[in-house]
Amino acid sequence: MSILVNRNTRVVTQGITGATGQLHTRACKEYGTQMVAGVVPGKGGTDFEGIPIFDTVEQARKATGCNASVIYVPPPFAADAIMEAADAGVELIVCITEGIPVLDMVKVKRYINATKSRLIGPNCPGIITPGECKIGIMPGYIHKPGKVGVVSRSGTLTYEAVYQLTQLGIGQSTCIGIGGDPIIGTGHIDALKMFNEDPDTEAVILIGEIGGTAEEEAAQYIQQNFKKPVVAFIAGQTAPKGRRMGHAGAIISGGRGTAADKIAALKAAGITVAMSPADLGSTMKQVLDARK
Amino acid sequence: MNIHEFQAKQILARFGAPVPKGQPAASAAEMEAAFKALGQPRAVAKVQIHAGGRGKAGGVKIVESAAQARDFAQQMLNKPLVTHQTGPEGRIVRKLYLEEASDVARELYLAMLVDRKAERIAVVASTEGGMDIEEVAAKTPQRIITEPIDQIAGMAGFQARKIAFALGLRDKQVNQFAGLLNSMYRAFNETDASLIEINPLVVTKQGVLLCLDAKMSFDDNGLFRHPDIRELRDPNEEDPTETEAAKYDLSYVHLDGNIGCMVNGAGLAMATMDIVKYYGAEPANFLDVGGGANTEKVAAAFRILLSDHRVRGVLINIFGGIMRCDVLAQGVVEAARQVNLKVPLVVRMEGTNVDQGKKILKDSGIAVIAAADMADAARRVVEAIGGRS
Repeated sequence: MSILVNRNTRVVTQGITGATGQLHTRACKEYGTQMVAGVVPGKGGTDFEGIPIFDTVEQARKATGCNASVIYVPPPFAADAIMEAADAGVELIVCITEGIPVLDMVKVKRYINATKSRLIGPNCPGIITPGECKIGIMPGYIHKPGKVGVVSRSGTLTYEAVYQLTQLGIGQSTCIGIGGDPIIGTGHIDALKMFNEDPDTEAVILIGEIGGTAEEEAAQYIQQNFKKPVVAFIAGQTAPKGRRMGHAGAIISGGRGTAADKIAALKAAGITVAMSPADLGSTMKQVLDARK
Repeated sequence: MNIHEFQAKQILARFGAPVPKGQPAASAAEMEAAFKALGQPRAVAKVQIHAGGRGKAGGVKIVESAAQARDFAQQMLNKPLVTHQTGPEGRIVRKLYLEEASDVARELYLAMLVDRKAERIAVVASTEGGMDIEEVAAKTPQRIITEPIDQIAGMAGFQARKIAFALGLRDKQVNQFAGLLNSMYRAFNETDASLIEINPLVVTKQGVLLCLDAKMSFDDNGLFRHPDIRELRDPNEEDPTETEAAKYDLSYVHLDGNIGCMVNGAGLAMATMDIVKYYGAEPANFLDVGGGANTEKVAAAFRILLSDHRVRGVLINIFGGIMRCDVLAQGVVEAARQVNLKVPLVVRMEGTNVDQGKKILKDSGIAVIAAADMADAARRVVEAIGGRS
């Protein structure tokens, strides 16, 4: 099993005719994901390589029964695209777009919290249940079906972790990139809650980074409620304070959000922390072997 | 993006916030003229740099004549000012500000920022004005008031009053404070600010509120809709290498070590810096070339990281998902030829077209140390520069 996405997930691409939208819709379809619709205002009635295009998400939902959306719309229009998908009742919205103004996200969160939709991202690689459904820009071939869940604020660092697992023969249940922005739809704790309930997830890799206090809160949640082993890594141990490290959310401000604080909180909660990013896979292997 | 105090005050004044009258100056003559134009017996002369702690460092002075204003300018301009926020090399002073002096009765702290946890804009206030707020937060957290603002309700009057009374304001000051919060909230929303900080907000001996200092930062992601704010960028306050990198849409942050790093993706870039340190050396930079980099961008990234003369070794770590390893290799080869590479280069590549990429590097004749994985790459680059730095 898995969380959030599986072989029954039916996906609409918002922004299907842009270069990124085209490239990744094609790649996801090749991976085996059911890519059932596209949305581009004004291009309704046409198609992208056989995938029907609609003017609005509402029309796409009515015609195709899509229950997930992936957004590649440019930053000025992305907040609107998220709200459109939520308004149409799409259950899962995955926003890949990087560079959305944070005040747009303040508005989006206020809007989406009053709906039944779940948002993943923005500024994230997406979500994948290996062998079943890939929504987003991650390279599919590095994944392998299995029982380790992965939740991460980073894109390529997640690929690194997944690759290490796969090389060691450890498969993944579902991998979620929650995104590197200060305000995001689904956080570490939301993902952990779902992994906790998923009978086929045995253990979880949690990848955090500097900025905010999400990892400290996750540590507390894990200590109190999480039933499965967690291996964590925090990126940015060498990052200076007050400087933004690529991701809009990766900044140590007011002396808070340092890697040292996060690592201390995770360790205090009894979580295994890999001190080197190269040891994520092997640390998980040790943890799993010890349980056998 | 950060701006100067005088620019922040101009923006806040436009939204109706009470700020002292003042004028910027870039020369001794302009400073003298500013004093005369203000037409008061006393004024405050302030250096304008993007760093706090100016007062303690001697960058703020009361002047009582046009001659004193000119002298201050002559002492300060084109020289570095070192404060606890600038680092030991300080910042070169290129701009000054002269404003009317105020009779201060009380100093308060007031700020507006995006509260990540509340996922809203929040007001942060304290009775401990004029102090380092991080210190106040650490030592006396009970003296800090945080009030998140609902996006739909906006800056509500009851919230403004709640904070005003907690700060010990009374009578007309309460309404004046509510008006100030309204101005700040509108300025915040209408400029895509990420921080407005008034430290101190003062109550004058006449009982009036006044923003004595002001700092504003903006969300880089929101700048596309504010060309007027973008104009306020001061390249003198930014690292020239970082400015150059921004032209190529590269995310670069200069650090103090000697291992140059080039990575795709922000998380992996930070992790690469960390693993360099883990194996005993220090990273010279954070550099994310992004997901869809082309040959030209990779070449530019390579030139930029080598322009730092402290760099004694280079580590390239690419996990090509969207980015193809052959494109990366091509860019590295081109750039290495252009810059006549003299320091050891370690490359770790994984992902799409990795074999083609490795072949391009091998056939190029450039001395490349190939690494099997991330740990191997870090070990090899530290070894290549002769061990720990």
